[in-house]
Amino acid sequence: MSLQETDALDASLDKLNIKKISQLKQTQLNVRKTRIFKERIIEGLLFLAAGSSVLVTFGILSILIIESIPFFSHVSLREFLTEREWTPLFDNPKFGIAPLLSGTFLTTSIALSVAIPVGTVIATFLSEYAPARAREMLKPVLELLAAVPTVVYGYFALLFVTPMLQEIFPDMPGFNALSAGLVMGLMIVPYISSLSEDAMRAVPNYLREASFAVGATRLQTAFKVVIPAAFSGVISAYILGISRALGETMVVAIAAGLQPNLTLNPTEPVATITAFIVQVSLGDLPHGSIGYQSIYVAGLTLLVITLLFNLIGFGLRRRFREVY
Amino acid sequence: MLVNNPQLRYRKLKDFAFAFLALMLLSFALITLLALILDLATTGLPRVSGAFLTSFPSRFPEKAGILSAWVGTLCVMLVTAGCSIPLGVAAGVYLEEYAPKNLLTSFIELNIVNLAGIPSITFGLMALGLFVYRLNFGQSILTAGLTLGLLVLPIVIVATREALRTIPGPIREAAYAVGASKWQVIQHHLLPYSTGGILTGVIISLSRAIGETAPLITVGALTFIAFLPTSPVSEKFPYVSGQWLWDSFTVMPIQMFNWISRPQAAFHVNAAATGLILLLMTLAMNAIAIYIRHHFRKRIKW
Repeated sequence: MSLQETDALDASLDKLNIKKISQLKQTQLNVRKTRIFKERIIEGLLFLAAGSSVLVTFGILSILIIESIPFFSHVSLREFLTEREWTPLFDNPKFGIAPLLSGTFLTTSIALSVAIPVGTVIATFLSEYAPARAREMLKPVLELLAAVPTVVYGYFALLFVTPMLQEIFPDMPGFNALSAGLVMGLMIVPYISSLSEDAMRAVPNYLREASFAVGATRLQTAFKVVIPAAFSGVISAYILGISRALGETMVVAIAAGLQPNLTLNPTEPVATITAFIVQVSLGDLPHGSIGYQSIYVAGLTLLVITLLFNLIGFGLRRRFREVY
Repeated sequence: MLVNNPQLRYRKLKDFAFAFLALMLLSFALITLLALILDLATTGLPRVSGAFLTSFPSRFPEKAGILSAWVGTLCVMLVTAGCSIPLGVAAGVYLEEYAPKNLLTSFIELNIVNLAGIPSITFGLMALGLFVYRLNFGQSILTAGLTLGLLVLPIVIVATREALRTIPGPIREAAYAVGASKWQVIQHHLLPYSTGGILTGVIISLSRAIGETAPLITVGALTFIAFLPTSPVSEKFPYVSGQWLWDSFTVMPIQMFNWISRPQAAFHVNAAATGLILLLMTLAMNAIAIYIRHHFRKRIKW
């Protein structure tokens, strides 16, 4: 092959290669471009999914408010807050939220007076006394208490606990706040014990050791060192317990009766806000009727109370937060 | 002497007394759980039979069954899982892997915490106002499934985030080092490694949804349903149909509530049988979740 011929061949090869290389570069660029584009799309979709939780909150709040507004066009806020009877479906309707509030607070207080002491004591025991193996075994078993469907708890309260309590209080009616509240308390124990225990276990060990070193017993260490140090977490647990108790529906709807009753006597039948909503929903409920509006007003009241407690909890958590 | 110090003895006694009290309370709680299960079993077990599972509800307690209830529960759970798993996992991945540290992110995070504390019945009220009356989904399986899906969304999100958080950083860095893009890292590494944790969360969330009653009553779930939803497969073209999504339904907890509210004791027996099946399903789901958590924790060692 002559020199000329090789040169010509080289030149044509170069031409071809440059073309190929530039083509290759172009496709690489395209691949990268589409890849960046794809990544962007994916990130956008994931962001929308995360944002959807905000939409849910927004949806709940706005629907509850929108559907409640017409209610107040024929019931004054004053009547709503001061009237002592709640009979929205009667011929002569009365719209006082007080009996529903008293019912809700009565069952909630009974539940919490069981769940908070029992939950705290169990959490302290699991965190400060129990060996690691026992804790690993007991915690999931205890959490089963929270896994039982609430309608099953309702059955248990009405057909097992109430007859038992009637042995002690023979005059107590079949529907009463006491039995529903006690069973609700049992149901809430694991929420309080699990979260409090997590908070207590997060307290660094040197605090305990310092306390033991000056001669404190485990009990003293638990209540004077560990719980104060874990207080913000324990408060969160209590607040979650309160939210659960306020919003609990099936246990009270089944076992506490459905009669709005302005009383603080635990042996009487009461209706909570949630039980009222269930009772009305069981019937025919045309859009825009007074019954329809009244359950939204009741729901909004419940939501406001729950949010209020969460706000208090948020404030307390900030106030007592300890950082190690 | 220290040993005979009466004050010290008293303190030690208190210490011991507290441990004793705690053990008592703990066993009391567990014994009550046991009593609940035994009570349901002794009342309901004789009623559980093949006929009970394959009969429709009826006016006659001894003829009534839970066919429409368990089929309804199954359908609603399908929709719930279809809604909460993609949405919850995607949200968890975004918050853990993408989200910048800014005000918007902390707002979303705070919102998810709050969402978990909102009473479930308000989800039902939202669903009634939005899905039933504004979007005209009706009192259908679709409405119920979506409602429960949104209700358990925080559980799936939190589980996904926790699962992703346990994956060590070097795994991500190694994948980036060989040129993987962010989504490839997530798709090929993070999601497969966190499957155990996510699955645990999903099962826990479904076990919660399966027993949830109040929001479904609020959307107006009928209690007397003596028919099954439309079959998803048909003989005619196009062979599959989504018609079942629009059918009215009942679920096991609502059927149980319906039977409890009746005065006749024979219906209470039916309620106990339904409750027993429901309870066993929930407990089994929780046991599976615990097993998966242990299994994956043992298998993956970083």
